[in-house]
Amino acid sequence: MSVKNPHKIDTAKLDSIIEAYGSKKSNLIAILQKVQEEYRYLPEDALIYIGTKMEGLSPATVYGVATFYAQFSLDPKGKYEIKVCDGTACHVRGSMPVLNAIKAKLDLKDGQMTSEDGLFSLVIVSCLGACGLAPVCVINDKVYPKMTSDAIKVIIDTLMDGER
Amino acid sequence: MEKVLNIDIRQEQLKAQEEIKSQGLRVLVCAGTGCVANGSLEIIEKFKELGADVSIMTDYDKLTVVPTGCHGFCEQGVLVNIPDMHVTYVKVHLEDVEEIYESHIKNGQPVERLLYTDPATHQKVVKDEDINFYAKQTRTALANCGHINAECIDEAIAVRGYEALANVIAQGNPDAVIDEIEKSGLRGRGGGGFPTGRKWRFTAANRGGKSYVVCNGDEGDPGAFMDRSVMEGDPHKLLEGIAIAAYAIGADEAYIYVRAEYPLAITRLRKAIKDAEERNYLGKNIMGSDFSLDIHIKEGAGAFVCGEETALIASIEGERGMPRPKPPFPANKGLFGRPTLINNVETLANVPVILLKGADWFASMGTETSKGTKTFALTGEVNNTGLIEVPMGTTLREIIFDIGGGVRNGKKFKAVQIGGPSGGCLTEEHLDIPMDYDNLIKAGAMVGSGGLVVMAEDTCIVEVARFFMNFTQHESCGKCVPCREGTKNMLKILEKIVAGKGEMSDIDLLEDLAVAVKDGSLCGLGKTAPNPVLSTLKYFKDEYIAHIKDKKCPAGVCAAMKKIVIQESLCKGCTKCARTCPVGAISGTVKQPHVIDQSKCIKCEACLSNCPFRAIVLE
Repeated sequence: MSVKNPHKIDTAKLDSIIEAYGSKKSNLIAILQKVQEEYRYLPEDALIYIGTKMEGLSPATVYGVATFYAQFSLDPKGKYEIKVCDGTACHVRGSMPVLNAIKAKLDLKDGQMTSEDGLFSLVIVSCLGACGLAPVCVINDKVYPKMTSDAIKVIIDTLMDGER
Repeated sequence: MEKVLNIDIRQEQLKAQEEIKSQGLRVLVCAGTGCVANGSLEIIEKFKELGADVSIMTDYDKLTVVPTGCHGFCEQGVLVNIPDMHVTYVKVHLEDVEEIYESHIKNGQPVERLLYTDPATHQKVVKDEDINFYAKQTRTALANCGHINAECIDEAIAVRGYEALANVIAQGNPDAVIDEIEKSGLRGRGGGGFPTGRKWRFTAANRGGKSYVVCNGDEGDPGAFMDRSVMEGDPHKLLEGIAIAAYAIGADEAYIYVRAEYPLAITRLRKAIKDAEERNYLGKNIMGSDFSLDIHIKEGAGAFVCGEETALIASIEGERGMPRPKPPFPANKGLFGRPTLINNVETLANVPVILLKGADWFASMGTETSKGTKTFALTGEVNNTGLIEVPMGTTLREIIFDIGGGVRNGKKFKAVQIGGPSGGCLTEEHLDIPMDYDNLIKAGAMVGSGGLVVMAEDTCIVEVARFFMNFTQHESCGKCVPCREGTKNMLKILEKIVAGKGEMSDIDLLEDLAVAVKDGSLCGLGKTAPNPVLSTLKYFKDEYIAHIKDKKCPAGVCAAMKKIVIQESLCKGCTKCARTCPVGAISGTVKQPHVIDQSKCIKCEACLSNCPFRAIVLE
């Protein structure tokens, strides 16, 4: 956990989240989900704090859980999270060209998942269960059906314009 | 002797049915994930707005717009169904709503352009019961999906929701419930196919102390979405199934583990639980009996392996979702160390109807060893993608060609991948085998959760095998070394073959590794991860050999093996291609044939589509 996080952790906020769910170990995943919703990622300090606050847990265990599940991110995510579905149905109907178009549009280098301006981040997911609409992208919970490399560029442009 | 309950469910049913009758003309608009993405919520609002003007309607004094769960025919969304007029409109957009209202609802003239066109006959289908996609299905688990408002408990009650639960509690004989489920022949619909009744009996043997029911809604197989549709479209049926299971095994607490990727399912289930508790169909002392049940929802966090039952238990307990060896089986030592019954969503959704219509009715459908119906998610290169339910024993030909309307764009059928990353690829020669648990295993595939991905002649089988291996490698939890390292190496070999660098010895190595991964893994993920490779090697070995020996991809998919050339005789030297090429791989002088430098070409095909003389071809 070498990444320094830019956020100052508000422990009062963390306390209220832990209290809302209960400090039993079985609530850990729900608590991490809530924390990620607040910060758009899991700040290192938050993980350490949760690990010392909750019953029968250590920061190491919390880190282990946070790194196991694909949903959790230890790096800050963009304001817009673009999920590209690469499930079987989407793959067969051409999700790869859509993915490549996004990478080109956002100028993402190999392995880089968040754009330089911090506006967009890219996630590849296995299946969103909307196979009838393949290939599918989801941007902040809005589903975009039957994507093409041209269509996704237009959508990203619109979002970019909205930010100017 | 029957116990007297403080709720008369039949009375409630009549009341709910009367209420539906009083709604006038019901217009059902699909509000499943797929149709919402296509704008169904706006269409619902528009109908509501128009429906406010009721004085002009002839046969009905009012119109009620009902947002429903998934109709299953996702390809054709947004779907608008008017049951009293026997019509289903497809691909409806916001601007079509007024026409449907004015022309059909007010003046009885169907809007022909919005009717479904049969892909085989190219004819418009007027009556919805004649649409092949629906006509050839038998729906039990999905019976109500698309026909009721999923967010309204009264609509569920009107179609006999909670009646089976009321009967079971009134009869007061949990063992009789287990007998009935066992007699029905229901087997687990999540993939394993274990007899459900037997699982209940094992768990019920530990009655007396604290025990749990866990509903597995972690539908992780890419290409499968039946559980999502049940949770979104008919949540009360699932809750009723869970309650009956809990009653049978003596549990008072249940968990539904739902993928975080299904936010709509989570919202609808939460509302359904709250509504059912308010009516006392769930919660403390259900219907006045001494049976109580609390149902909690646990959101998954994105790990495919959590579909495995011991991994799922670990995840609910707040740990890394890694499987553990069995025994002890969850029936003896499961969630929080207590006896636990784990069933999949579709399995539990079958329970109420089995108890209402009887085990014999259920067992009359299907084959010798696999009873009842099964849902399949039909996707890929097929005309009618969507969710279907057919009796066990239906053939692939009936599913793909009759219900699915055949392969898209008139392409030739090549293979169908069944059962997701754990399943296998089947070919033309398997189209007529009756599909059930055992026949599919014999053919080298499995029912799995029921994903059916159709592939056409232009799908590369080796690339598909690589795709699945990439998935399982990524999702391997890392506990068992043969799975963790074996899948990684199998993936490397497949990547090598797809990149045109394969050697013949790679095929033997793939087979050796496949056996090692299968034998050396603890859970279903590792045990079945090599299946796509093994089944494609069995039926499409020539494609592997073509990639390795001839450095050719017969389907023309693998970029590394593509060669783009300019045909000298056709090239007029217009220079358009040279200007289009993003990497400057094309050279030549004006009015002279151009050439592509193969070492620079990145195979983007930009020149191909731009050439006005069609002189550039893919070899």
